[in-house]
Amino acid sequence: MFKNFMNWIEYRMPFMEKMNLHVMQYPAPKNFNFWYFFGSLAMLVLVNQIVTGIWLTMNFEPSAERAFASVEYIMRDVDYGWLLRYMHSTGASAFFVVVYLHMFRGMMYGSYQKPRELLWIFGMLIFLVLMAEAFMGYLLPWGQMSFWGAQVIISIFGVIPGIGDDLTLWIRGDYVISGATLNRFFALHVIALPLVLVILVFLHIIALHEVGSNNPDGIDVKVPNEGQKFENNVSEKFTFHEYFTKGGKKIIVDAIPFHPYYTVKDIVGVVGFLIIFCAVIFFAPEGGGYLLEAPNFEPANPMKTPAHIAPVWYFTPFYAILRAIPDQLWGAVAMFAAIILLALLPWLDRCKVRSVRYRSTLHKLNLVNFVISFVALGVLGVLPATPTYTLYAQIASIAYFAFFGLLWWYSKNEKTKPLPVRLS
Amino acid sequence: MLKKLFSVLALVTSASVLAAGGEHIHLDKAPINLQDKASLQRGAKMFQNYCLGCHQMEYQRYSRTFRDLGIPDDVGMKELAFTANKVGDYIKNAAPKTDLAKWFGAPPPDLTNVARVRGPDWIYTYLRSFYADPTRPFGVNNEVFPLVGMPHVLQELQGIPHKKHETQLVDGQSKDVYIGIVADGSGELSPDDYDKAVADLVNYLEYTGEPSKLESHSLGIKVMIFLFIFFILAFLLKKEYWKDVH
Repeated sequence: MFKNFMNWIEYRMPFMEKMNLHVMQYPAPKNFNFWYFFGSLAMLVLVNQIVTGIWLTMNFEPSAERAFASVEYIMRDVDYGWLLRYMHSTGASAFFVVVYLHMFRGMMYGSYQKPRELLWIFGMLIFLVLMAEAFMGYLLPWGQMSFWGAQVIISIFGVIPGIGDDLTLWIRGDYVISGATLNRFFALHVIALPLVLVILVFLHIIALHEVGSNNPDGIDVKVPNEGQKFENNVSEKFTFHEYFTKGGKKIIVDAIPFHPYYTVKDIVGVVGFLIIFCAVIFFAPEGGGYLLEAPNFEPANPMKTPAHIAPVWYFTPFYAILRAIPDQLWGAVAMFAAIILLALLPWLDRCKVRSVRYRSTLHKLNLVNFVISFVALGVLGVLPATPTYTLYAQIASIAYFAFFGLLWWYSKNEKTKPLPVRLS
Repeated sequence: MLKKLFSVLALVTSASVLAAGGEHIHLDKAPINLQDKASLQRGAKMFQNYCLGCHQMEYQRYSRTFRDLGIPDDVGMKELAFTANKVGDYIKNAAPKTDLAKWFGAPPPDLTNVARVRGPDWIYTYLRSFYADPTRPFGVNNEVFPLVGMPHVLQELQGIPHKKHETQLVDGQSKDVYIGIVADGSGELSPDDYDKAVADLVNYLEYTGEPSKLESHSLGIKVMIFLFIFFILAFLLKKEYWKDVH
């Protein structure tokens, strides 16, 4: 009965065929470590944001008069409205945590290198759209920090010579941030950007499955069949899709089917993540004022500027670069450059060895430099811009940009360690 | 390079600690407990009697307050609400907003979320930091919020608070030392009872800021227990499957 039904489907749409290709018979390297949880976790958080977002939309009213009150209505009068809201607000921060760690994984193991450049570009586009999505979502509760944070970020576009003022007017839809801004941000936040995000995630995965997953050793698991023998090759136990074996032209070495091996492994990661996520939702939803900022419990007031305006933590590394440069225009240029340089990594890194495990000490130190400068910028972006902090931010900015310059310079003739033949 | 960065990081953290120490006024820790229903009820009563004249709770309904504080609706409506109110109403007053702003220099802020904006410790310290100052329109000033427009509405409970100085011997010289704010004893409550009354009020404001806190903690513990069990099962399942690989 069920088999007949599946055959009926299969004849009209290759459902099982695609499931085999992408899930059951997809060869995934057997040595994925802790860092490989964050891709599936990003998907989980995306689903969380979409589902809780739909339910929040049922009670949220996108107008300057009612937005703040309707959020309070959700918090008090809607059954489990507080839970939906905290899942969504905590989810926004969690999204950036997992995406930053996911990106850093790619940097450590050279997952952006040939042939995964396009995969990396799709990832960077996801990151950009995610930042826009988070920024617009933060305006919606219409609190003091929503209003003034948006004011600061929109004004960044005002520094562009010639068109700056008109551009900010076009973004806001008004001379100041107003109900008009709120309404358009709502439209973009709940439908336009999520749609783009889902499409980009789809393309990211299609691109990934075309070139195959990288792994902590950075060597290929699909090798041309030249009649060579591989001892204790676990892949021999399994059937992989013809698309990957190319009718015997490729041998799959040390890879295992994604399902069930990585589905059951990712469930462990998901539950581990949920333990931390739920601890925040139920016991510290404000996250010490970093996830939900105290001034945001006051309705937006255009006449009263908060004492200290700081963007939400996930924007602060880039915000610190912006503030570090005294000239506004060049500050904005540097901030965008900081993101674009990440997108250019596949071409800045000229080394042929992918994984940090087999690269030079200089590269390892440079990667440490990247982490320290990025985290330092994040911390400095939260703090007020005193002369001392600005100096620190300038030093950290130089260190951040130096990472890319140094990488380009030493990677051409880098002294690497010999690569293993098999996955460790 | 690495060393330099580490020293910068060390500087950043030490400097931020200094900055934090210099800016803030010392706040007393508010002795509050959301599980103490009697305290919350006393706090609600104080809010209705002393705050609601000018401040409102625009987002909190009587019905929600009664349910969470264990007050039967009819008792609550008789004891706490104005006669014109219905149980589903928000906790609002009938004071004219523009006049209030004129009288006090600024519109009295909504208090539903005040504990989330300011923090309970701030409110607890603020309400105990009024002191007599004849230069101010209402004869009082506040240490935590200098030149505040609000009169000392709890004066009938505390009495008239004065800044007290004492002559003390410091390094062999007698000096005038500020020792704190002391009420003149004309209030209905002793200093200890006044602190307790303020704590009840702050407890109530902490509750109204986030009513979901009453259920989120107990639900959260159940969720965490479920997740820990799930984690063990998920881990064992993974181990079983991965026997094929290792």
